[in-house]
Parts: sequence; C-alpha cells; structure tokens
Amino acid sequence: MAAKIGVVVFPGSNCEHDVVKALGLFGPSRVEADLVWHGARSLAGYDAIVLPGGFAHGDYLRPGALARFSPVMEAVATYAADGGPVVGICNGFQVLTEAGLLPGALQKNRGLRFLCTAVGVQVCTTRTVLTGESTVGADLSLPINHFEGNFTCDAATLERLRAEDRIVLRYTANPNGSLDDIAGVCNEEGNVVGLMPHPERACDAMTASTDGMGLLESLVVAATRHAQVPV
Amino acid sequence: MKYEVLVEVRLRPGIADPQGATIERALPALGFEGVDDVHVGKAFRLSLEASDEPAAHARATEMAQRLLANPVIEVSTVTVMGAVESAASSASASAAAASASATASPAARNGAR
Repeated sequence: MAAKIGVVVFPGSNCEHDVVKALGLFGPSRVEADLVWHGARSLAGYDAIVLPGGFAHGDYLRPGALARFSPVMEAVATYAADGGPVVGICNGFQVLTEAGLLPGALQKNRGLRFLCTAVGVQVCTTRTVLTGESTVGADLSLPINHFEGNFTCDAATLERLRAEDRIVLRYTANPNGSLDDIAGVCNEEGNVVGLMPHPERACDAMTASTDGMGLLESLVVAATRHAQVPV
Repeated sequence: MKYEVLVEVRLRPGIADPQGATIERALPALGFEGVDDVHVGKAFRLSLEASDEPAAHARATEMAQRLLANPVIEVSTVTVMGAVESAASSASASAAAASASATASPAARNGAR
C-alpha cells in the first residue's frame, strides 16, 4: 500500500504544491501525497507529515511565531511524540523551532540579504527520517530561498546537538552565518527534521539538480516503515 | 482597571545585530558623532485589564515570554506606563479615541496592501 504523506497548508504557505508534485514522482504505488489545512486537529491515517516553505500567517511577528498556534500544530506535536516522521522545510523549519519541536532559532541572514541560490550541503548523519537512505559525507546541491535562515542556539544546545549526532546537514560554504554551518537539525529520536534548503525543488533535471530526490526517498522509506507500525 | 503597557523586545547580548551595526555606521555620515551601542528591536504598546499595576506587569511579562519574544534569541522589558481611564467612565476620552481611530484607519488599510 502507498505511504500517505500529508503536506500542511498554513495561510501564506507557498511551497506545498512543489512538495506534493515532487512526492508524486515516486509514483502512486509508493506515495499518496495530499494537502492538510492548518485547521485540522487530527493527523490520523498519515504516515509522514511535511511542513512546507512559505510565509505562514504572513511571518507576522517572527517567522513561525503565529503558525505554532494553528490547531494542526498540537496534532503535529502528538504525531511527532508518537514517532511519526515530520519534516519542516524552510518556513516549516522555522515553525518547528518556534513550536519547540526542534531546538534553536532562525534569525536574519548575516549581511541582511534575502538569499535565493543553489548551495552545497553535506549529509552529517543517516539516523533521521530525511537521510536514512543517504550516506554520511554525501555532497548535495540544493536551492535555498530565505531571509531568516541563520541558525543559532546557545553553547550548551550546540554541544548537545553535536554529542547526540543531531546535526543533519551542514553547508559546505556557509551562505547565511548559521552557527557551525548548520543547514538542518533533528530531534533526539531523529523522526523530526528541519532544514532550510528545499529538496522538493531539486527533483527535476530541468532545475539543475536532482539531489533532493535522495532525501525525499529517505522520507518515503521512513513513511512506509511508519505505516507498518501497529497502532 | 486598564493599564497602558510598553513591551520592548531586543536581541540577546551576544547575538549579532547587523541592523544596529549598520545604523551605527550611518549616523556619523549625518554628523551624529559619538553614538554607540545602537540596537534595533521591537516595541509593542497595548492596554490590558488588570487588578493593579504589579498584576498588569505580570500579565504583560507572560505575554512577552510566551509570544512577543523568542527567548532563544531575544530578551524583553516590560514597562507599565500607567492606568488609563476606561472609555465607559469618560465620554470625552471615548470620543477622542473614536476620532483618532477614524483618522488612523485609512492609513492602516493602505499599509496592509
């Protein structure tokens, strides 16, 4: 049976269709992806959840600050606590940090520039739902598209992230001032991942890189595995 | 009782503030010499219902910690500016408020576009 992956839509999300389309490349026998409105209070029946990029609630106050109060976020927290795979891309990463599901915060880029470019990132761990099928040290080219992607946290948190193998991706040439070149992190269990680059926009040769497919393949595998977990 | 409160949010010491640094570098160009420690943050003005001034301070502090500031990168300061007369007890105050909001609203709508 195909893994069912839900892509959450907040008012102001704008990458949800990119994610659904990219997941569609795996074919209907493996993946069934659909949109979940932010007002949903249950995520029952889903095998993985993606929080896509965009400007949820207009990014008013701070990116993710208001989205974390959307009804769906309580369901996301429960879903994550039960071991369900959750991936936040760009604005979705910002929402996960504001919601306290991932550590740290994303502040304005060093140099105060909005960045829209391809960057090199390296896979740092394969213990997560987004990198399980990848290899440590793999170099990927992925697009970034953000103003607030400069990851930061206090020294004790950084020490924990390193010790617990929770830094998922690092930039090979730091574009935004992120602490320790961090482009993505995960929770303790590795089932919640947030990253600033957009894997869903690197799935077609026409967009110059197909390196995003490897990450989404890992998510599909994790979702398929989660589907077999007895409820 | 209603209290007018000012909540100021700024970046934690040690967190880079490129906006503040840029403004600090720009000021001497306009002849404002000898200015340092420029920080850019946010200010929220609000009025809230509370039994007394310490209670107003406590409510605003909780708001600041739970929503207005992100404690990972920001700190906040709460100042209770004073008690405000309730609109019900002062007709002139409410009339003044109504005219102020009437003049402010077209600009606010334009800003929202």
